[in-house]
Amino acid sequence: MNRASANMMLTNAVGLHARPSVKLTQVAKSFRANVELALAPDGPWSDAKSPVQVMRVKAGKGSVVHVRAEGEDAQAAVAAVVNLVERKFDEE
Amino acid sequence: MPATRLVGRPAAPGLARGPVALLDRAGGEPRVTGDPAFEAGALRTAIRTAIEALNLLAAEAGDAGAEILGFQIAMLEDDALSADAFAEIAAGIPADHAWRSALDREIAGYAAADDEYFRARATDLEDMRDRVLDALTGAGACTIPPGSVVFADNVTPSRFLATDWTGGAIVLAGGSPMSHVATLARGRGVPMVVGVRISADTLGSTPSEAIVDGATGLVLVGPDAADLDAFRSLEMATADTVARHAVYRLKPAVTADGTPIAVQVNIADLAELDALDLASCDGIGLVRTELLFGGRGLPDEESQVAIYRRIAEWASGKPVIIRTLDAGGDKPIPGLTENGETNPFLGLRGVRLTLKHRDLFRTQLRALARAAAYGGIEIMVPMVTVREELSASRALLDEAVASLSAEGLPHRRPPLGMMVEVPAAAIAIDLFDADFFSIGSNDLTQYVTAASRDLASVVSLADPAHPAVLRLIEEVAAHGARSGRKVSLCGDAGADPRMLPLFLRCGLRTVSVAPTLLATTKAAIAAIDLREGER
Repeated sequence: MNRASANMMLTNAVGLHARPSVKLTQVAKSFRANVELALAPDGPWSDAKSPVQVMRVKAGKGSVVHVRAEGEDAQAAVAAVVNLVERKFDEE
Repeated sequence: MPATRLVGRPAAPGLARGPVALLDRAGGEPRVTGDPAFEAGALRTAIRTAIEALNLLAAEAGDAGAEILGFQIAMLEDDALSADAFAEIAAGIPADHAWRSALDREIAGYAAADDEYFRARATDLEDMRDRVLDALTGAGACTIPPGSVVFADNVTPSRFLATDWTGGAIVLAGGSPMSHVATLARGRGVPMVVGVRISADTLGSTPSEAIVDGATGLVLVGPDAADLDAFRSLEMATADTVARHAVYRLKPAVTADGTPIAVQVNIADLAELDALDLASCDGIGLVRTELLFGGRGLPDEESQVAIYRRIAEWASGKPVIIRTLDAGGDKPIPGLTENGETNPFLGLRGVRLTLKHRDLFRTQLRALARAAAYGGIEIMVPMVTVREELSASRALLDEAVASLSAEGLPHRRPPLGMMVEVPAAAIAIDLFDADFFSIGSNDLTQYVTAASRDLASVVSLADPAHPAVLRLIEEVAAHGARSGRKVSLCGDAGADPRMLPLFLRCGLRTVSVAPTLLATTKAAIAAIDLREGER
């Protein structure tokens, strides 16, 4: 089973807020792999395909977010999430 | 048994008699514990109903609104949101109770967040909670039987507009005669009384009949034969007064000393025009675009053009002053206005909000300039505080007109005026280079007297007859006369027989009132002799 992980800082103005969260779940859902998020390297982990769970993380601006994935397209899923965060969710 | 007598503040005149309908925040009937499978099915259906309603709203909401509604849809579609509720239902809890407690826990998590962006989302969650609850308990505008006397804590402007009030009346525990809902109720001729102590005791255990006199604020629950006789003679007397005033409706308004006064109408809904004779007014002094489209914000450019064009064509060349989106304050638009402001009347509202949402503002200005090709449209900007807001609005209008010319679309550049409701603008009115001024007496009064227009406890302070308010109005009218700019007044006080003599003596010669108040306003003007007395 393929696994991948990464971490990145949220630099957009509002953090993992309403619209960014929805965008992130849409990106995660486009992969078959399980994708999860956490604020610490040892969790607790939240399902990155669930907007309710992503919002519960309440990751504000400047938070470091850990992302991990498991499944055949795990690498691509992590890369896509990192890329979305680096593009500041295309909002700025 | 004698009737229960309740007295509140008169908010909209008129008489009504009808069955009592109780409307509380939670909506309709609470559910009783039923079969868990049935309750789970009811919750699934209610969530689906809420998602469908949001999809419809999103389709009409325009870009910014649709994205926020999209967030609510994504959350409701996520099983993680309802998992706790379904677990409680399986344990025998009714669906409405289970959903409410699950969402209240979720909301508490947001309200406790350190980050203000997350705290502000609590309101979105509340909206989602209430939408599903309404679907579950069968509450909603359509469930109020026409002709009812509705008792409630409060009613939002969008709910008011979505309900058929024909023959009915509104009795509120909260609210104020200065609120926007009261303005709308006067506009529609729906009797309304606010600040009434409502309790289960006062209404009785079985829903009974009630009588409402919106002019005096008297509400009788369970009237007896003598009350009903008194009500009928009052109805007849009122009909007499209405008939006497009716002769003024189609005549130009003139004071006893022969001074002509222009009387225009305030419009929040196209349906109001259908019932209105163009000859009875001197044009439209205010179109409230934040309410024109069902209180949901602005639709796309083509839809706006179609509606503005219909209004302009109806007016057949008479002036039509259309106010750009005045959301915020007590007129929130989901997904557009800020949530969680501690004092929304002093917050991001009116032009402050539209200048932050330039695409939305640009679209509205384009639509207005296009519709202006078909009639006397003038554009009015609300809540102007500093000159820069006016010049920024003018620059956007210039841009809109230039883009329409470039695209070869028919249009005309309308005059650009401003509301005078912020004291800073009224005091320094000579600094504002607007094409015309319209005094918003409701907001000007609440800002000058520092007394909120929607709080029953301070509403007696929010008096437009305060000399400070009148001095500002006099100064604005004098500046208009000196500089050759039109000045009108479009607040509720413009139809108040007590205020009209004061306003005319301040130099005002144009007022804009609710269509239902045209005849009484003109009758009141006819009784004023400007040769007599000073204010």
